[in-house]
Amino acid sequence: MRPIIEFRNVCFSLDGRMILDNVSFQIQRGQTLVLLGRSGSGKTTILKLINGLLKPTSGAVLFEDASTADLDPIRLRRQIGYVIQEVGLFPHYTVERNVGLVPRLEQWPAEKIAARVREMLHLVGLDPDVFCQRFPRELSGGQRQRVGVARALAADPPVLALDEPFGALDPITRSEVRREFRNLQDRLRKTMIFVTHDVQEAFQLATHIALLKDGRMIAIVEPEDFARIEHPEARAFVESLN
Amino acid sequence: MWNNRSLVAQLTSEHVLIVLTSTLVAIAIGVPSGIAMSRRPKLMKPVLTFANVVQTIPSLALFGFLIPLPFLGGIGATTAVVALVLYSLLPIIRGTFAGISGVDPGVREAGRGMGMTEAQLLWHVELPLALPVIFSGIRVATVVAVGVATIAAAVGAGGLGMFIYRGVSMIDNRLILAGAIPAALLALTADWCLGALERSFMRRTHR
Repeated sequence: MRPIIEFRNVCFSLDGRMILDNVSFQIQRGQTLVLLGRSGSGKTTILKLINGLLKPTSGAVLFEDASTADLDPIRLRRQIGYVIQEVGLFPHYTVERNVGLVPRLEQWPAEKIAARVREMLHLVGLDPDVFCQRFPRELSGGQRQRVGVARALAADPPVLALDEPFGALDPITRSEVRREFRNLQDRLRKTMIFVTHDVQEAFQLATHIALLKDGRMIAIVEPEDFARIEHPEARAFVESLN
Repeated sequence: MWNNRSLVAQLTSEHVLIVLTSTLVAIAIGVPSGIAMSRRPKLMKPVLTFANVVQTIPSLALFGFLIPLPFLGGIGATTAVVALVLYSLLPIIRGTFAGISGVDPGVREAGRGMGMTEAQLLWHVELPLALPVIFSGIRVATVVAVGVATIAAAVGAGGLGMFIYRGVSMIDNRLILAGAIPAALLALTADWCLGALERSFMRRTHR
């Protein structure tokens, strides 16, 4: 099967500092790849290389067999739903306009956007009649996060890129939202790349876990095999579970 | 003042015209400069230095410098408008730059990451969010311009400064007040109008 995303010997350096060192891997359609590592291990950089916010210094990032260097970055990004930790909801837009953002950029007709926004809010468990006209500042952290996911899904992109999407939530809300997200994942069957430093989150959501340290990919395994990785970093993460 | 009411009205409208023209030109130059600065930080130093230096020139001296210049200077309203534009630039440029730089980087990154073009990001995200700060710069610039424009009477630009100069030379306080009071009211009115304009912009972009 052809991978939907592939990294071939990707290096990325910024101001002479090596951030990613020769990273290669593939993601198949429908997989959820969790990028696990400490802060500064290069996980977010990988995500931004996928949606073209960064360009590799050497090597190639392929999206559906085409190098992202050759693709129109705007077209590429509209096929990749993006959720970041601080959500990045537009504070001057209502929930409705926030969720409808990409469909509107794609010039869908207004009725179709409105219907889609309602559908997406239902999907993430928010009542559209209650929330459509609210502004982000009128939402709790967990609600904002749900709106962020709804916005990323609105134009039905084949791929979702999530950068510690639940990082700013308190532990209880976090586990709730994570559980809901897990259900969502089973229903939608999208390809997902999920960045986290939380090993429990990785086990709960991943079909594959990629372990990163200092810009290198130590291993990419299915969750069952994670404990068998012979590397101190993997052991450190497993021990943090207990 | 009441006896001179038709003259007050005439000078006030001259005053308004000078301030309105200069502020509009300053916005047309200042807002794009502020945007350019937020895109290319290298521009920041030269632009701000220029605007700062202009700001430190005493207004009467600036009018004096402009008089001998062709096109921009001479005796009359053009000189006044050019000088006021120069004075208004700093608060407008600085307000635009500060407003756009103050936009949450997460919001900008989310917009870019979802496939907004740079132009869409500017028009739909950065400018609306920077609006209050941009407007505060424009309000400062306008209120200052109303005051500085009274000095423009010295270069024959007309406006309410005429009363003030005449009153000073004739040592007639009533004549000074006939210029000063309408000028003060004008500043307050301008500030209020801009506030109303800002609110209507906010209603249109924040929804």
